[in-house]
Amino acid sequence: MKQARPFTITNAQLVTPGGLVHGAIRCADGVIVAVGADVIAQDSDEAIDARGRLVTPGLVDLGVFAVDKPAFHFGGITRAALMPDQSPPLDLPSRVNFIAKSGKPDLWVHPLAAATRGLEGRELAEIALMQDAGARGIATGRGWIADSGVMLRLLQYAAMLDLVVVTHAEDGGLTGAAAATAGEIATRLGLPAAPAEAEALAIARDIALAELAGARLHIRQVTTARGFALVKAAKAQGLAVTCGITPAHFMLSDLATADFRTFTRLSPPLRSEADRQAALSAIADGVVDVIASGHDPRGAEDKRLPFADAAPGMAGAETLLPLTLTLVRDGLIDMARAFDLLARNPARLLGVSAGELAAGLEADLALIDPEAPWIIDRRKMEATADNTPFDRQGAQGRVLRLWKGGVALSA
Amino acid sequence: MDARDHSPATGRFPAGRLAFPHRDLTAIGQLQRHEILYLLHEADQWVALNRQSAKHTDLLSGLTIINAFFENSTRTLLSFEIAGKRLGADVVNMHAATSSVKKGETLIDTAITLNAMRADAIVIRHGSSGATGLIADKVDCPVLNAGDGSHEHPTQALLDALTLRHALRERGDGAEDFTGLTIVICGDILHSRVARSNILCLTAMGANVRVCAPPALMPVGIEAMGVEVFHHFDAALEGAEVVMMLRLQSERMSGQFVPSAREYRRLYGLTAARLARAAPGALVMHPGPMNRGVEIDSEVADMAGRSLITRQVEMGVAIRMACLDILTREARGLEGWRA
Repeated sequence: MKQARPFTITNAQLVTPGGLVHGAIRCADGVIVAVGADVIAQDSDEAIDARGRLVTPGLVDLGVFAVDKPAFHFGGITRAALMPDQSPPLDLPSRVNFIAKSGKPDLWVHPLAAATRGLEGRELAEIALMQDAGARGIATGRGWIADSGVMLRLLQYAAMLDLVVVTHAEDGGLTGAAAATAGEIATRLGLPAAPAEAEALAIARDIALAELAGARLHIRQVTTARGFALVKAAKAQGLAVTCGITPAHFMLSDLATADFRTFTRLSPPLRSEADRQAALSAIADGVVDVIASGHDPRGAEDKRLPFADAAPGMAGAETLLPLTLTLVRDGLIDMARAFDLLARNPARLLGVSAGELAAGLEADLALIDPEAPWIIDRRKMEATADNTPFDRQGAQGRVLRLWKGGVALSA
Repeated sequence: MDARDHSPATGRFPAGRLAFPHRDLTAIGQLQRHEILYLLHEADQWVALNRQSAKHTDLLSGLTIINAFFENSTRTLLSFEIAGKRLGADVVNMHAATSSVKKGETLIDTAITLNAMRADAIVIRHGSSGATGLIADKVDCPVLNAGDGSHEHPTQALLDALTLRHALRERGDGAEDFTGLTIVICGDILHSRVARSNILCLTAMGANVRVCAPPALMPVGIEAMGVEVFHHFDAALEGAEVVMMLRLQSERMSGQFVPSAREYRRLYGLTAARLARAAPGALVMHPGPMNRGVEIDSEVADMAGRSLITRQVEMGVAIRMACLDILTREARGLEGWRA
């Protein structure tokens, strides 16, 4: 589907990297043609009155586990980078090629190539061929690569291809079969637990190896104070190290697991309240680059189990935007930074021509009412499963309309 | 025997279900101090009955109790079975090894199946923490936790408290609770549901609880449960009036957590010489089964007047009878126990 007719959205609060601008945005042939205070609609354009609401770039969700179009569209997500942890894993060019086309035209899925064959952490997968097939990055999947030699060779290879390496930061030897973070809550519940330091250990090693290899490293989820400190130091050194987080880790602490509710079983597990506060500071300080949904819809067969036996993960696509907007309302970040985290930064990491309101980029747009109140209700979710830890909580912020490549999506 | 004869006559407890307003017994953590005392008080009558030659009532006649054990057990299963039978219930045991759980049926489906068979109480043991609570949410009858993962084993803590109360009474210390008593729990605290339930129960009853284990077997943040942490057994024993030893699984003492059984015995084994460091006449407990010569020497385990280990087994039946009685009162329509 191609954009048939140019359109201009007027009377909009445009969320640009420089801040909010009252004005209009004009799109034609699937790209943004003009954006700003002085843009006006041409005679032949379809004119859309935003009535003073936000017009933002479509969200770019870096690191989802399932292609779940209705949930993504509800959440304003127009591009999603799919983790290689599929069945079978994305470790062959043919699979990557298939996935790269799977969402088009109204959702672009950017496959992240499996770093190693079968995601087993031993032999490098055919990364260059997968890049040709459409992979926009490399990921180690849900696990970390234990062998430092393999990791170094991977990072060197990725640097040569200029692909970002997306890692999972938990030292496998320390985490083992842990389902929780070591601390009072896990001790009271009797859950297998690992020290939070497992994250810092993994990050420290991967930063050292990335520096050695000259590679771009993106740590998909950093969730501990020590982890943020390491990323901050690497950035100060000028290394190409970035990191992300999901709303669960800045909204919830391990206290949320106290009733064994498996919707709060995540990987990495929920951390202490002190680490949650560190996450909020890191978002405010600019240490965090990406907020992603980690969307991983899981049905009853994976979740209606004892806590440690349940699969980790949450359905997060629909709540990504409203939960990030709480940070804006709380004064932690401004609206421009919120969309840097949700769209611009992830788009840059993936090297795609989207993620901000700028002429020449893809017309992936969302019309948003940032104040619209609603109740997160797992019985009414668009996602293929209802595993949200935020069930029955109030939220603010709804996507009213969404465009992918200049084509309006039926919402 | 009229069921109402068993309600407490002392008047120290609230009437009817206010004395124990829970449908299930999944954790000591859900109980208040007075509720624990009520269970212990109710168990006394069953201790007396069990010491008679005719150990039978028809209190639970016609009720079906299912013991669903997803993890191997001999003594706990037997104890629950005897408790149910002495109360006159029809008791059925389901072993995981021979059940459809091995065929891939989920825990929830198993629970729904047991529920459809109209059990009047289900006793669950499962290897995963929180499993009992999960089942309790899905069935219509009372659920008793007979051990879930490393979380809780409430009837073990209750039987330990009952044992200790009887032993103290016999010594002429007729205190209601354990205020001021120093109790050491030593062994694999990390993986032990017995330790967690006992910590909650004993601290609720006023005891000073010390836990002792090598660092690898000590869970992080356990101090938050109101205990004092020790790594050296001799220091922990200083002045202790009760020593509770825990079983160390053999697979954990061959290099994974502890280098060897003999090294563990050297550091944490309760020998007669070591027991002498505790308060004079200190009592010894063990939930069983024991690794004699590892965590406890036979000389100590069999010490007359000091070792309460066989008494614990006796009290286990009584406490489980009390739990089954109380939790089925609503279904039996006892005055004051209907919802």
